[in-house]
Amino acid sequence: MAETSHLKELTKGLLRENPTLVGLLGMCPTLAVTSQASNALGMGLATTFVLIGSNLVISLLRRVIPATVKLPCYIVIIAGFVTIIDFLIHGFLPELHEALGTFLSLITVNCIILGRAEMFACKHGPLPSVLDGLGMGLGFTGSLFVIGSVREIFGQASWMGLALPEGFPTMSLFSQTAGGFLVLGFLIAIVGRMTKKPQTQGCAGHCAGCAAGCAAPEEGGGKA
Amino acid sequence: MTTLQTIVSTLLAAVLTDNYVLSRSLGICPFLGVSKKLSSSVGMGAAVIFVMGCAAAVTWPVYQLLSLLDLTYLRTVAFILVIALFVQLVEIVMKRLLPPLYKTLGVYLPLITTNCAVLGVTINNIDDGYGFGLAVWNAVCVGIGFTLALVLFAGVRSRIEEADVPETFKGIPATLVAASLVSLSFSAFSGMI
Repeated sequence: MAETSHLKELTKGLLRENPTLVGLLGMCPTLAVTSQASNALGMGLATTFVLIGSNLVISLLRRVIPATVKLPCYIVIIAGFVTIIDFLIHGFLPELHEALGTFLSLITVNCIILGRAEMFACKHGPLPSVLDGLGMGLGFTGSLFVIGSVREIFGQASWMGLALPEGFPTMSLFSQTAGGFLVLGFLIAIVGRMTKKPQTQGCAGHCAGCAAGCAAPEEGGGKA
Repeated sequence: MTTLQTIVSTLLAAVLTDNYVLSRSLGICPFLGVSKKLSSSVGMGAAVIFVMGCAAAVTWPVYQLLSLLDLTYLRTVAFILVIALFVQLVEIVMKRLLPPLYKTLGVYLPLITTNCAVLGVTINNIDDGYGFGLAVWNAVCVGIGFTLALVLFAGVRSRIEEADVPETFKGIPATLVAASLVSLSFSAFSGMI
């Protein structure tokens, strides 16, 4: 039983409670650094590191931190981990540091991290908290990577820095902020559609046609 | 450049060409969260202008102190603490001295601590090497740009509420597509300065 519940903490962040696509948290880095897949991946992994670290420390200190000043405490812990990852990336991956710029410091105010501290890490032990941080971080990284890939392929005709075949059509829209909003909107619509599917199985494949008929089953809203 | 030119070009850059929300994608959470009604977006905007201006004024000397002590790597920690403390202070003072203003802006104040545009503007001020006056003015201009984006988008959103959107796109996806169009319209300003 314990095994399965640990596994659940890890996997819930990947799609079902994906922080970006379902929780709509951490929108700023999601839009700002995803014009290239490699930057998106770097940002996602940096955030995952901070998330795991802050979740671990906060869950260890959860009986020590007084409730009245918990937010400032959380923010200081998070900012500490952000400074660490900032140094590491500056030292080992200077190009990535250059590309992410201010957004590395801004991981501090990423609402996913504060949200998990407030909703999960302050109520659970170290192991589930770390797994929760890992799952949420990977969910965030995954969605950033997908958005980054789409934007890089259509905006610059390359992927992870590798050029696509000559003559691939590009639209500069995808490299701009506007393209970020657009891709994110479509991705959320697609994921919303996919996660709702089990409840609309009665439609036997004609879901698009009878969307009004089986209009948004109530269970979907209740569970989420 | 003369002082007047700097003042005007900073304003135009922060509001139109380099709008924090629509072209730098900072402060998206309140942009999507609070723009449902016109009145709340004006309230949030006013609170952000105020906090940004003051935060820039407070963090600038803090950074000078840190660089004096050779502790600039503590910048992120120091700035976010200063901003969080400052927002708390503003809330308490405003509650005591200006109850009517607190009634309109109060609910937005706690949200501002995690508004990345506030931390972003203070860090950018330092990175761009602005002096004290220009840093505060730039922060106020960025706040004005944020308010403009919020108010414009509130207008767009009230139309979406009544539009007939496909089932899959109802809610957030439709809002994001609309935000994309608003952001695209702002990119027409690029190259103006």
